[in-house]
Amino acid sequence: MAKRDLISIDDLSAADVDLLLDTAESFLPVLQRDIKKVPTLRGRTVINMFFESSTRTSTSFDLAAKRLSADTIGIKAKGSAVDKGESLKDTIITLSAYSPDIIVIRHPRAGACQLASANTTASIINAGDGKHQHPSQCLLDLFTLRQAFGRNLRGLKVAIVGDILHSRVARSDIAGFQLLGMDVTVIAPPTMMPREVDSLGVNVRYDLAELHKADVIYLLRIQQERITQGANFLPSLREYANVWGVTRSRLRPGQKVMHPGPINRGVEISAAVADDPDTLIAQQVEAGLAVRMAILYRTIVGSTDSDTKEAL
Amino acid sequence: MSRAATEAVVLTGDQLARTLTRIAHEILEKNASDTALAVVGIHTRGALLGRRLHGLLCQLSEREIPDGELDISFYRDDVAARGAPGVIPKTPQPVVKDTNLPFDVGGTTIILVDDVLYTGRTIRAAIDALFDYGRPDRIQLAVLVDRGHRELPIRPDYVGKNLPTALGERINVRLSEADGVDEVVLVRTAGEE
Repeated sequence: MAKRDLISIDDLSAADVDLLLDTAESFLPVLQRDIKKVPTLRGRTVINMFFESSTRTSTSFDLAAKRLSADTIGIKAKGSAVDKGESLKDTIITLSAYSPDIIVIRHPRAGACQLASANTTASIINAGDGKHQHPSQCLLDLFTLRQAFGRNLRGLKVAIVGDILHSRVARSDIAGFQLLGMDVTVIAPPTMMPREVDSLGVNVRYDLAELHKADVIYLLRIQQERITQGANFLPSLREYANVWGVTRSRLRPGQKVMHPGPINRGVEISAAVADDPDTLIAQQVEAGLAVRMAILYRTIVGSTDSDTKEAL
Repeated sequence: MSRAATEAVVLTGDQLARTLTRIAHEILEKNASDTALAVVGIHTRGALLGRRLHGLLCQLSEREIPDGELDISFYRDDVAARGAPGVIPKTPQPVVKDTNLPFDVGGTTIILVDDVLYTGRTIRAAIDALFDYGRPDRIQLAVLVDRGHRELPIRPDYVGKNLPTALGERINVRLSEADGVDEVVLVRTAGEE
């Protein structure tokens, strides 16, 4: 089917990413004027299905659709038919009867989006599926980096620190950062490093010794909700904070700190760093809106590429 | 069908310059000297022409007139690129350019500038876009070439050249800033006469 989905960052070429980020940039002035709305997706329907909790992603996808004049519906697992035992496939088939143009999905299981895509004519946008992918987060991170460091990110050194194993953000970001030529290092305790990390083409470190070499430090939260009760990934949160927590003293002046949120103050990031206006965390949240507008826009509207892949 | 195309120059660089000067004079003649004018060009070549026209207007009227540029991508009426599954977008959508209106649109008389006036759909979109920035007193339309075939009730206030065309023909406006040369050509695809 020649509809356009955005399921994995791997489906995009560097040119696709550039087009999306350029489009996002062109939405910035729209968001600054009095009437923060354009009629582009008037009459289109966007369904936001969030089967996992979310603040930033669900709010910004909803607002992005509204800024483009689309009609939006939000569905959560709680209070929907999912509560009554309906499968994802059946939920998608049911919702498709209302002919939505785009379904945005967050789901605790990897691959939920592929399953959904196979059962609807609507475009599927992955807003996070299990430990698999979170492409819109990756795009907004790239957008934030472009705003901070300029269009050319080639050679920029990024260290991703924290619970790599359970992080879909890490999986999307590693691929997206590499796609634009950045130099990626992953830093984590051995228990939180995915086994197949060597196949990712990144530098792997099991301590913070070389943290100062990075231009950007990308922190990840420990994904408690994906850790099975009783599993021993770390002795205690306090020890994690002592050994792996990024504090002022562990940062070199000029290093930029990023975090996809939600942050756990005093664990992976100290309160002082979290409140430092020099971090890019607030910019990431802000970028989320323009970038998600661009994703929705390019899902419906054609790309300049004549031989566009089926993915965005 | 043969792909061979013939080009005929309809405006040389010289004529193009004189046409713009004439339009500038017409604008100043039509609008009282105390009118708050602003020039807004539509991307891409309308913006370039707008910049030139703005220079002429400032020079001739000896006052500072604000100017800006407009991208109408988000206001197009052919967004419906994806009908049924399997349909490839019929109009490739170019990268969106910056909209930059560094003045208050409310209360101004806007001279909207485009290179070629054809169906009128671009102008419709531009007018819609302008109103999202404020409520102008008036909008007047200046185009370098009016090639006819309007699909909407839109009429230009200032026309460089009226050029009745066949549907299969194309008008290419080339400007030195983008194309290295100033000229307007009529492109005729052989076998379509």
